[in-house]
Amino acid sequence: MKTFLSELRTALLLTIIFAVLLCGVYPLAVWAGGQALFPSKANGSLVTETDGTVRGSALIGQSFASDKYFNSRPSAAGTGYDATNSSGTNFGPTSQKLSDSIKAAVAAYRTSNHLAHDAPVPADAVTSSASGLDPHISLANAQLQAPRVAKARHLTTTTVSALIATCTDDRDLHIFGEPGVNVLLLNRALDEIH
Amino acid sequence: MNNPNAWFQFALFVGALLLITKPLGLYLVKVLDAQGRTFLDRLVKPIERLTYRVCGIDPSKEQSWLGYTLALLVFSLVGMLFTYFILRFQDRLPLNPQGFPGLSPSLAFNTAASFTTNTNWQSYGGESTMSYFSQMVALAIHNFTSAACGIAIAAALVRGIARHSAKTIGNFWVDTVRVTYYLLAPICLVFALFLVSQGMIQNFKPYTVAKTYEPYTTQVPKTDDKGQPVTAPAPKLDDKGKQVVGPDGKPVMVDQPMMVDQKVDTQTIAQGPVASQIAIKMLGTNGGGYYNANAAHPFENPTPLSNFLQMLAIFAIPSALTWWLGRTLKNQRHGWAVWSAMAAMFIAGVLVCWKAETSGNPIHQHLGVAVADGNMEGKEVRFGIFNSALFATVTTDASCGAVNAMHDSFTPLGGLVPLFNMETGEVIFGGVGAGLYGMLIFVILAVFIAGLMVGRTPEYAGKKIEAYDVKLVMLVLMVLAATILGMTAWASVAKWGTDGLNNAGPHGFSEILYAFSSCVGNNGSAFAGLTANPSNGDPHWNATLGIAMLIGRFLMIVPILALAGNFAGKRLIPASAGTFRTEGFTFVLLLIGTVVLVGALTFLPALAMGPIVEHFLMGASNLF
Repeated sequence: MKTFLSELRTALLLTIIFAVLLCGVYPLAVWAGGQALFPSKANGSLVTETDGTVRGSALIGQSFASDKYFNSRPSAAGTGYDATNSSGTNFGPTSQKLSDSIKAAVAAYRTSNHLAHDAPVPADAVTSSASGLDPHISLANAQLQAPRVAKARHLTTTTVSALIATCTDDRDLHIFGEPGVNVLLLNRALDEIH
Repeated sequence: MNNPNAWFQFALFVGALLLITKPLGLYLVKVLDAQGRTFLDRLVKPIERLTYRVCGIDPSKEQSWLGYTLALLVFSLVGMLFTYFILRFQDRLPLNPQGFPGLSPSLAFNTAASFTTNTNWQSYGGESTMSYFSQMVALAIHNFTSAACGIAIAAALVRGIARHSAKTIGNFWVDTVRVTYYLLAPICLVFALFLVSQGMIQNFKPYTVAKTYEPYTTQVPKTDDKGQPVTAPAPKLDDKGKQVVGPDGKPVMVDQPMMVDQKVDTQTIAQGPVASQIAIKMLGTNGGGYYNANAAHPFENPTPLSNFLQMLAIFAIPSALTWWLGRTLKNQRHGWAVWSAMAAMFIAGVLVCWKAETSGNPIHQHLGVAVADGNMEGKEVRFGIFNSALFATVTTDASCGAVNAMHDSFTPLGGLVPLFNMETGEVIFGGVGAGLYGMLIFVILAVFIAGLMVGRTPEYAGKKIEAYDVKLVMLVLMVLAATILGMTAWASVAKWGTDGLNNAGPHGFSEILYAFSSCVGNNGSAFAGLTANPSNGDPHWNATLGIAMLIGRFLMIVPILALAGNFAGKRLIPASAGTFRTEGFTFVLLLIGTVVLVGALTFLPALAMGPIVEHFLMGASNLF
């Protein structure tokens, strides 16, 4: 019993010391370092207008569904791209609901982009991401949407394709991950020239 | 898999892991020695001494296995209560800009058990439940301490094996303090700043409201002045969406929530002190996400480079511990043999998972999805197929449980790999410390089986393995398997169990099996469609999973520390021609065989009812 009480006292005191150092000093040090060295990134890589209005984050996808914008991937975050409710669909491979939604999305994608009725559709265009906030679409997906966007905005496909290239994130160090087109930045660039 | 770049990334990952194993292992030698000297001494030693003085710890005094166990249990209990009460009363504590309420008792119990046991199962969505204070204090403290405890236990076990005719196995308080101060905290400080440089956030601001580019309209349930949903009678629909007709020939009417249009023209972006927590979440193989989507969330894993280093951080300490094992037992080749067995099983797991996800889902491909793209449901574009498969394998080989893709949406065989990894007991590198002590259980079992096969008394590290040791080993293995399978069976036939499911058919069963495998294994990843914290407040899932986590942690640790004490007291016997060598190719094969056979034989029937049958049903285009 005496050992138990002395160990209990040690455990209580050590928990307090750890809480101060690891839950106070440490995160504050990272906060100070992050705010000093990478202030924009530490605060969410926000995309703002000249008057200071926040329009979103370069890292967080937004819902775009009309012809004049490049369309984002389907999203299961809240009602769609809800950045307080990140989530995937979590439907399994033999889910009827998933199959139905992919079927509808494939048909809609082919119609809006004037594709043949049996043309293969990029997987990312008809599936939901893990976070529901994926900022990217694949290059193939962007290129298939380019003629539609160009037509809706009375631009040449060349102009739109050039914009896609500037908004493409290559593999990190040309090695890691997969390339993707940042939809929010691409659509913002489109709005700026129009 | 015909992507040369992905093969190159794979080679880089294994190469980088191999490269850091020895240097980090050498550093561990100093950290895990109470008198060890490190390059951080000038800075950290004063803090270490002060901590000992305030807490009344005598660093020169070692403990017996019972003393060590008592200290560990008391420390865990205090930590668990600390977290429980912060979560219950977070609404009265600071740093809660979104004004989140305190957690319900069942959710607070589940979460406190989860973080105390290094599981980090999450029945909640972080950004919609936890205040900054809860994340930073109640949860993050366990990210450090549960990791430090794991390493301490592994150190105690290996010391027990290395010593002879000894009564003590180290001092729990000293091990925990030194691991935290010299190993975890300094690496995290650097790692967290790197993560901020990649775009991970670290701030205390309220959530940012952005004016979106393209507003849209959605349907939401109508609520009255008190926030209660408004219902109205509407025709009842059956499963296929057809109206149900009553005996009088009229449609059956039921009360259903009234829906109204809502225009969405803003996006609220969750903020918070993320980077400091994610660094230790990965390095300590905790895996508890800041956000609901965990490492798939762009703020929690912004770039493929941050992804690569997060995966490396998961394996870094477990890998280095195998080198430290070889050094401590004065048999470096034994350390590398254990490493090789782990690496071989890891590589095999990645290849199976990667192949399954690349092949994709024939049902969706039949609908028109490009075959070459693989299965992208629940995956992020920046990671793609390969890095999602690699991450899933790494996180379940280790007891991490962070996810950068939704395992629930993997193909059946792609999802089988994480499930199987957890059911081996997470010994393929494994959790920090937990992986090593789990693997040593299998090493002792493998040596015992080899001894039976050749008819000699089994020996390990110059000690005879006796009936008492094997009993403890079997106790560990059987308690874990019985808990996983027993609780899965219960949940599968109980209403509360099936109410939580997001998928029907065999995939629903997989969700249950995955949940208990994950919690008993202290992994924490999920087939996340499962709702463990239902809005009707049914506490069954939270309670059973919480108990499963506590069993998985403490009913494993106590026998292991008993084993450590027993080994420490044994006498050394000289190696002879009949001694089974615990290094070299034969030993590696035997060890892999033991891990796979124990895992496979125990769980094969359950796996056959879940992912395996689903694989064949998917091939035959069956939907549920």
